[in-house]
Amino acid sequence: MGHVKVQNLGKAYKQYPNRWSRLAEWVLPWPSTQHPVRWVLQDVNFEIRAGESLGIVGLNGAGKSTLLKLISGLTQATTGSAEVGGNVAALLELGMGFHPGFTGRQNVVMASQLRGLGLDAIAQLMPAIEAFAEIGDYMDQPFRTYSSGMQMRLAFSVATAVRPDVLIVDEALSVGDSYFQHKSFARIRQFRERGTTLLVVSHDRYAIQTICDRALLLHGGRQAHFGPAQEVLDIYHAMLGDVDKALIRQERSETGHLQVISGNGEAQILGVELLDEAGQPTAAVETGSYAVLLVRARARQALAQLVVGFLIKDRLGQAVYGVNTLRLGETISGLAPGEEFSVRVALQMNLGKGSYSVSLALTAEDSHLADNYEWRDHALVFHVLNTRHPDFVGSTFLEPEMEVSRQLGGCDRFQGAGVAA
Amino acid sequence: MNSLLRSLWHYRGFVLGSVKREFQARYVDSLLGAGWAVLNPLAMIVVYTVIFSQLMQSRLPGVANVFGYSIFLCAGVLTWGLFSEIVSRSAQVFIEHGDLIKKLNFPRICLPAIVLAGALLNFSIIFGLFSVFLVLSGNFPGWSYFSLVPVLLLVIAMAAGLGLALGVLNVFFRDVGQALGVVLQFWFWFTPIVYPLSVLPDWARKWVLMNPMTALVGACQDVLVAGRAPDAAALATPALIALVLCLLALWLVRRRAGEMVDEL
Repeated sequence: MGHVKVQNLGKAYKQYPNRWSRLAEWVLPWPSTQHPVRWVLQDVNFEIRAGESLGIVGLNGAGKSTLLKLISGLTQATTGSAEVGGNVAALLELGMGFHPGFTGRQNVVMASQLRGLGLDAIAQLMPAIEAFAEIGDYMDQPFRTYSSGMQMRLAFSVATAVRPDVLIVDEALSVGDSYFQHKSFARIRQFRERGTTLLVVSHDRYAIQTICDRALLLHGGRQAHFGPAQEVLDIYHAMLGDVDKALIRQERSETGHLQVISGNGEAQILGVELLDEAGQPTAAVETGSYAVLLVRARARQALAQLVVGFLIKDRLGQAVYGVNTLRLGETISGLAPGEEFSVRVALQMNLGKGSYSVSLALTAEDSHLADNYEWRDHALVFHVLNTRHPDFVGSTFLEPEMEVSRQLGGCDRFQGAGVAA
Repeated sequence: MNSLLRSLWHYRGFVLGSVKREFQARYVDSLLGAGWAVLNPLAMIVVYTVIFSQLMQSRLPGVANVFGYSIFLCAGVLTWGLFSEIVSRSAQVFIEHGDLIKKLNFPRICLPAIVLAGALLNFSIIFGLFSVFLVLSGNFPGWSYFSLVPVLLLVIAMAAGLGLALGVLNVFFRDVGQALGVVLQFWFWFTPIVYPLSVLPDWARKWVLMNPMTALVGACQDVLVAGRAPDAAALATPALIALVLCLLALWLVRRRAGEMVDEL
C-alpha cells in the first residue's frame, strides 16, 4: 500500500496538421500515419516506497503536471506504466465541483460524493471538515458569498478529510493566509507521519526541502535527476541560474560529498579551506570560536567585475548565513586573464552543533542569475562542536546571559523571559 | 461492462445527489422554488389541450373524442421531449464537465448517468401531470397504459446509446454538437408528432416509416389515444437499433475514453 512505481513512463499528444486529418485517420480503412506526436514526457523511471515523500521540481513546461496527472490516473500513458498502491487523492486544483449557489455544507456533501464517499461517511466527517476549515457560520451560507480564502479553506478541508495512501499535491500548498498555510502544511506533514506517501510539485524550494526525502528533477520532459532531495535541489538551483548554458556538472569532493557545479566557467574556484584559530585547515570548529574561510579562485579571461559569495547551510539545507564581497564593500575589478586571487573571510562561528555546508559563487553582480561564472554547492562541509558552552538547541548561538529574579510582587513578569526551548 | 456498472453503483450517491442538486440549482433563488418544476410543464399541457381542443377545435381523423388531437399531440411531444433531452444533453456532457474530468478522478460514466436520471425525473413530472389530466378528463386508457413501459424503455435505450456515442464523438469533432441541433429539428418534423402518419402521401410515408422514432412515438400515441397496446413486431426494429446504438456507444467509450481527456 502506498508505493509508487513508475517505469519508462511517457506521454505524447497527437498533433494533427489540420482539422480533417483526424477524421481521415478515424474513417479511412488503410492505416495512415497522419499525426506527428509531441512528447511532453519521456523515459521517467523511479520508485518510492510507502511513506516516502517525493518532491518534483523543474522549470515551467518540464512535464511536472503531466507526470502528476499520469500517476493520479487522469490521463493515459503513451508508454510505460505508473503503478500506485492504495487509494490516491490528487489535489491538482481545489474547489472542483463546487457550485456557487449552494451552501458550504451542501458543497461539502457534493465534493465528498465526487470522491466516492457515501452519505453516512460524509455525515461522520462533517464536524471535522467544518472544524478544520474554520469558517464558522458561513458553512450554511451560499458558497459564492465566501472570500476566496474561505473557499480555499473549505475546499482543502474537504479534499483532505480522509487520509489517502498516496497524496498528490500540485502547488496547492499555498492555501489562504499564512495561518492557514501553516495549518494545511501541518496536515500534510501529519499524513506523512502516519504513512501517507507524498508527491509534491512546488516551486518553493524550502517547502520541498523540509517535507521531502527524495526529489525528481524534470527537464524538457525528461528525467534529469532522481535522488536525495538536497542533491536534486542543488542541481535544480544551479539550473535556474543557467537555463541556456546547461553547464552543470557534479564532482565528488575528497570527503565524498556530491558537489554541484554550474556556471559559464569564465572564472573558476581553485580551492576552499576552513582555517581554525591557529590558522590550520580544519573540518571541525568550536561554537563561538573564530575561523577563516579561505577561497582561492582564478579568472580565465578578462573580467570587469567579480563578486565572491558564500552561503553556509545547515544539515537540512536551510540558509544560515550568506554574504558576498560586494555587500561587504570589497570590489574585485579589472581581472586579467589567468589572474589568481584569494578571499579570506574571518567569521565568528556562532553556530549550533551539527554539520554545515558551504556553497560558493563567482558572479558578476550581486545575484547569480545575471552572469554566473561558477556556482558550487557543497564546496566544503564542516562540523561544529560545542564543548566550551552549555548545550543548546538550534543552529544559532545567541550567547545568552541569564539571570533569575525571585522578588515577590512588583514587575517580575517582565523578567520571566528566558530561553524558549 | 461489469466494471462500468460496478463503479456506477459505487458512485450512486454522487449520481443521485447531482440530479437532486441540478434540480435544486434551477430553482434555488426563486420564490416558488420547485413549484416551477410543475408549473412549466403544466402550462404546456394546458396550452396543448385547451387551445387545440377548445379554441382551434382540431380533430384527429377517425377519432370522435374532443381531446383526441390534444392527447395525440401530448403523447408525441412528451415522448420526443424525453428522447431529445437525453440525446442533446448527453452529446454535450463531457465537454460541459471538461474541467472536472481533467482534474478529478471519478468514473466518467457518472456524467451521462446524471443526464439520463435528470431527464427521467423531468419526464416523470410532466408525464405524471398528463396522466392526471387523462384520468380527470375520462380518457385514461386502462390496463394498456402499462404497456408504455417497454416502449419508453426502448426510447431511453435508443437515446442513451445515441447520446453517449455522440458525446464521445463531440469531444473530438465539435461539429457533432453543432450539427445535432439542426438534425433534431428536422428529425422532430420527420416523425409523426404534430401530424398523424395517415395524412402523409404514400411516397412520404414510406420514408417516415424508416425512422425508428416513428414506431416508438406511434406506439405511445396508440396506447394513449386508442387504448391499443403496441404490436411487438413493430417494436422489433427500434429495439434492434437501440441495441446497436448502445453497443456502438460502449465500444466508443472503451476505445476513446482515455484519449478524451487530452482533447478537453
